[in-house]
Amino acid sequence: MAELAKFWEMIWPELGRGLVVTLRLSAGSLLIGLLIGFPIALMRVYGTRWMKALATGYVDAVRGTPLLVQLFFIYYGLADPTINQLLVNLGLPEGFLVLEKITAAYLALGCNSGAYQAEYFRGALQAIDAGQMIAARALGLNRLQAIRYIIIPQALRLVIAPWSNEVAYMVKYTSVVYIIAVQDLFGETRRIMSAHYNQMTMLPFVGMIYLVIVLLITWGMGRVEKQFHIPGLQIDVERV
Amino acid sequence: MTKPIIRIKGLHKSYGELEVIKGIDLEVVKGEVLVIIGPSGTGKSTLLRCINLLSSPDKGQIWVDGDEVTAPHTDINKIRAKVGMVFQDFNLFTHMTALDNVMIGPSKVKGMSKEEARELALFELERVGLVEKADAYPGQLSGGQKQRVAIARALAMSPKVMLFDEPTSALDPELIGEVLEVMKKLAREHMTMLVVTHEMGFAKEVSNRILFMEDGNIIEEGTPQQLFYNPREQRTKEFLGKITELYGEEG
Repeated sequence: MAELAKFWEMIWPELGRGLVVTLRLSAGSLLIGLLIGFPIALMRVYGTRWMKALATGYVDAVRGTPLLVQLFFIYYGLADPTINQLLVNLGLPEGFLVLEKITAAYLALGCNSGAYQAEYFRGALQAIDAGQMIAARALGLNRLQAIRYIIIPQALRLVIAPWSNEVAYMVKYTSVVYIIAVQDLFGETRRIMSAHYNQMTMLPFVGMIYLVIVLLITWGMGRVEKQFHIPGLQIDVERV
Repeated sequence: MTKPIIRIKGLHKSYGELEVIKGIDLEVVKGEVLVIIGPSGTGKSTLLRCINLLSSPDKGQIWVDGDEVTAPHTDINKIRAKVGMVFQDFNLFTHMTALDNVMIGPSKVKGMSKEEARELALFELERVGLVEKADAYPGQLSGGQKQRVAIARALAMSPKVMLFDEPTSALDPELIGEVLEVMKKLAREHMTMLVVTHEMGFAKEVSNRILFMEDGNIIEEGTPQQLFYNPREQRTKEFLGKITELYGEEG
């Protein structure tokens, strides 16, 4: 017991710091993803032909390439001297796209999540029965009002369940940022392991931390879903 | 002579290759209850949907309460606010209580204050006998109750005319009566109504005029007396015979 307490005392400051980074990174990236994903979904479902093409292009490009490639592109690719020169020529300050590690991490995870969130929102928007829009228009609501007052409130309720998956994924995916030396939970873990050669203790332990976070999120989102539940408003899952 | 609330001239409508309305002329005067009957897929619903431009006509002109719906720069939302519509599958807004369903038109389209809209909505729910269900969500109502709320939602806009698109076709037989009762009450209050239905009892009892449509054309029109007991066209006779056999005479 005493030994365990000593070990815990030794790793906690660093691990705690890493945990805060991981949680912040998850929340921030999810928020960026939301700000990108929701408008993109609206463009895809209700936009003009060009908006649809643009939105589809973004989603396909992001979902079709590895997250690591995107992370490297944003951190190393954008810092390329040729790009820097181009930006300077355009009148932007020197090193405009040479990003801090943590900024690159937020951007890469956020842009990536945006594409997936766009798909969740699109699914929810398209799950709303067409009759809802028709009835809204028949009442005299214009298209924008119908989307705002009738479609979106329903879609947001339907999206809670798939969206909570995205939250759980995000917490785990943030661990890739150790590769550009961001000291998140996993980054700190690696540092501790390389100092103490204790991977057989650390890896299960850190795995447990991720697991607990994910379980807490799943539980919390379940509560949120219940809170906003409206009788008769759900995607019926047919069991055969 | 009463001026027509709805006037339709030379209406044509196709979906792709399929021409569903082949040149229809029609006038409906204030307070008239017009029932439209005919086999499925003969353009009855499309005719209703052209009146408030849920479907846009290919050719022809439509006037509602003196405004030409089909004119290039019509404010269609203004016209839709004057035309109530009731759908076969109700289409109540799933995330709103009965009260909110009825309130949203007056408050968002007409800009009525929350309190005013609320009062009006309660009045309209009272009119269809559902004020005690004001706080229920559509998912908690029976089919008949849903349709009555949908009627209240349309009435809250004080429409000049009400369009009913097979309002009882999705209902269990024992729930049809309560919806027809509400519609009969509206007719007695001299609401102008266009009703697509298979309820021959309702047609006989309430309508001033029946229109028999087939294959995108009006085959025959007349009073219930004329159509039921003395139809001019053989097709009308056949159809009425079949439909009475299927649905019975009582609404």
